[in-house]
Amino acid sequence: MLEILGKTNFDFMGKRRYAFMFSGIMVLLGVIGLIQVGRGAANLGIDFAGGTAVQLKFDLPIRIDEARKALESNGLGDAELQEFGLDNKLLIRVKTSTTIEEKVAEKVVAIFKKEFPGNTFVVESSTEIGPSIGKKLQGDALVAIIISFAGIILYIAARFELRFGVAAALATFHDVLAVLGAFYILDKEITLLVVTALLTLAGYSLTDTVVVFDRIRENLRLRRRENEELMINNAINQVLSRTIVTSLTVVLVLIPLTIAGGEVLHDFSLALLGGVIFGTYSSVFVASPLLLLWPASSGRLLKRS
Amino acid sequence: MKKIGGRLTLLLLVLLVSALSFLPSYQPLYQALPAWARAVLPNKGITLGLDLQGGIHLVMEVDEDRAVEIAVDRSVVSLQDLLVDKKIPVESVKRTAPTTITIQFQNAELKAQIQKLIDDFATFSENESAGSANTIVWELRDAESKRIKDSAINQALETIRNRIDQFGVAEPLVQRQGLKQIVVQLPGVKDPKRAKDLIKETALLEFKMLDEDNQMKMDFPARIPKDREADILKQAESKLPEGSQVLFERAVEKDTGREYRIPYLVKKRVMLTGDVLSDARVSIGQFNDPYVSITFDAKGGREFERITGDNVKKRMAIVLDNTIYSAPVIQERISGGRAQITGTFTTQEANDLAIVLRAGALPAPLKIIQDLTVGPSLGKDSIEKGIRSTLIAGAMVVIFMIVYYRLSGAVADFALVLNLICLMGALSALMATLTLPGIAGIVLTIGMGVDSNVLIFERIREELRGGKGVRLAVDGGYDKAFWTIVDSHVTTLITGVVLFLFGTGPIKGFAVTLCLGIAINLFTALVGTKVIFDIMNQRQKVEQLSI
Repeated sequence: MLEILGKTNFDFMGKRRYAFMFSGIMVLLGVIGLIQVGRGAANLGIDFAGGTAVQLKFDLPIRIDEARKALESNGLGDAELQEFGLDNKLLIRVKTSTTIEEKVAEKVVAIFKKEFPGNTFVVESSTEIGPSIGKKLQGDALVAIIISFAGIILYIAARFELRFGVAAALATFHDVLAVLGAFYILDKEITLLVVTALLTLAGYSLTDTVVVFDRIRENLRLRRRENEELMINNAINQVLSRTIVTSLTVVLVLIPLTIAGGEVLHDFSLALLGGVIFGTYSSVFVASPLLLLWPASSGRLLKRS
Repeated sequence: MKKIGGRLTLLLLVLLVSALSFLPSYQPLYQALPAWARAVLPNKGITLGLDLQGGIHLVMEVDEDRAVEIAVDRSVVSLQDLLVDKKIPVESVKRTAPTTITIQFQNAELKAQIQKLIDDFATFSENESAGSANTIVWELRDAESKRIKDSAINQALETIRNRIDQFGVAEPLVQRQGLKQIVVQLPGVKDPKRAKDLIKETALLEFKMLDEDNQMKMDFPARIPKDREADILKQAESKLPEGSQVLFERAVEKDTGREYRIPYLVKKRVMLTGDVLSDARVSIGQFNDPYVSITFDAKGGREFERITGDNVKKRMAIVLDNTIYSAPVIQERISGGRAQITGTFTTQEANDLAIVLRAGALPAPLKIIQDLTVGPSLGKDSIEKGIRSTLIAGAMVVIFMIVYYRLSGAVADFALVLNLICLMGALSALMATLTLPGIAGIVLTIGMGVDSNVLIFERIREELRGGKGVRLAVDGGYDKAFWTIVDSHVTTLITGVVLFLFGTGPIKGFAVTLCLGIAINLFTALVGTKVIFDIMNQRQKVEQLSI
């Protein structure tokens, strides 16, 4: 039997003070990121902010500073450029509140045709989104988040106890905020796909938390007299090898997607990767200690068994 | 011993159904099937999303207010005609607000006579308080304004559908979204700009007479560069005669290919519109120059004959969306209900012009509020990279599981393959559209599928460590992991369902594969692999489990 870990007996609950401090910082970053997103000050993708994105693929390498100069001298100084090195690809984003009627995409194409006559290119994709769509998307995303959280708390409260539901939801929220905070610090663009990834990682993190909680529930039923802190510690240690093996396999899946999945999947996979790491951490160090903050209720779990 | 037969049959049946459903998604194999098999199977499977095969996704809004204005403008023109016919001299008839027509006249005695004309314009009512001795104000009725707005979007939908049908795109989608938005999806379009132009063009065809008497007074240059139209308009503003306007002809210099414009003074009165066309086709002239020959319907033909007869030796402008295509001199009365639109265009432009003329005009301009265009090369690139990285990811997981759990790992890998087959089958049966986020969703469910097996295997190991026999340990492992797996899957399913309900476009595609994947996972993890273990344990007294 090949094992990464044998029988372990780590004192996870004893470290909860450090964990809460670290998580507090990450959540704070996340909240700042969230506020900036709400204010429109973060690096919002054009699918939320509205605007134009054009992706060009050139035959020859193109220097990004020359491209920027060309755009500036033609009145598109506020364009953002991003290059995908090996493929001679260039992504140009213009986020101003321009309406689509101004045909920014066509203008960008015309500028590059004029300024780089020796370097032919094809338009790989162009996206133009009116500001009204972005507003609607933001609203939809918010509704989706609130409803899924309510649904999850209700389900877990029904299957476990209310405090498990609330702790799981808080831990999940923590993971989403931590990844959002990391994206904000790294100045990554928050696109619709990144939001999808955030919601997915919420799902993943929940799964992970539920597995740990499930073991805690089982232990609570079996050994009702033991000290709760010890019992939670035991439960975590019992499922630890599963936690690590699972996270490892998911990481194994995500690494190739992040590295070789192409530019569209890159940020998506990166967010998920962060989510797996935080999700695994939070099940052990956030969700479980949160249970200790909330003293056991009348013992619903015990009656069931 | 629990019975295996029933579960095994179920498993094989699910596999068979999935494989059969998937067949139509893989066309080379599907086409190789005998005809009777193709007749039984559905003929459509998974479609690739726009991000994978390239194409256009447009969300447009009909400018409803403009549709109302256009309708009021038309009434203004017919009122002008009526006044001319009845020989009532008025100073001006104008649309003074979006839904308001103001008629001005000098002779106050005419008022009663003009007021009566409203009988012919039942959609208007007179606003007496806004009028005076020399003015009459008509307002479009609210009900009519609402009707125009409602019908504008339906008319636009119909027109766009017609145009796209004639343009020839495989599996286009033209759909109303919400109250006033239209979604158009054209997968696999090679020339996105041309397709967009074709959709967006209002294509209002009008025949108007040139104002030749006043043209000389305007001192127009013979030709201007194409970006100088605004200057000419500004210059002409002060000396523009009542009832005339400046329009430009688009022309191309033969040797350099440079576009330029020719300004004309054109009477505002519309002689005939594109409504009366019955057909439009491309023909090639004697100098190999394409033109569009149009055929009027019976009423339009008679009108056209009368108009040309009345205006012999005068010039008539053929105007499409306020651009003059040509302004020929009418040589003689034209009967037979046919005419030609010549101009400087390529065969393709002539083709597109014929399409929009046949399909009819849009009731109002369209405003594009979302435009996603993916070139075919990026689509190809994405799908190659997506598939390659998914394969690498899959291979890594498969190898890891065998290394870590040995024979049991192989069982888990079998479950993984089973998962993929079922998922593909389900997506095919639903005729779902596979997008890049959809592929990501599949990858995530692979991860979850592996997790279920890890949970079970770790439980079995615990039972074995506790000294149980193989058979009991397997049963115990599955039993204890059961609710863990159900709980963890249901919570993720809740997120998936909410995403499906509230997400749009790419998120929805992700949610579909996620939800299906979770359901299939539950089946393969709790039924699929258990059957295999039971078969392995059934043969003889098993003493050891490779886990």
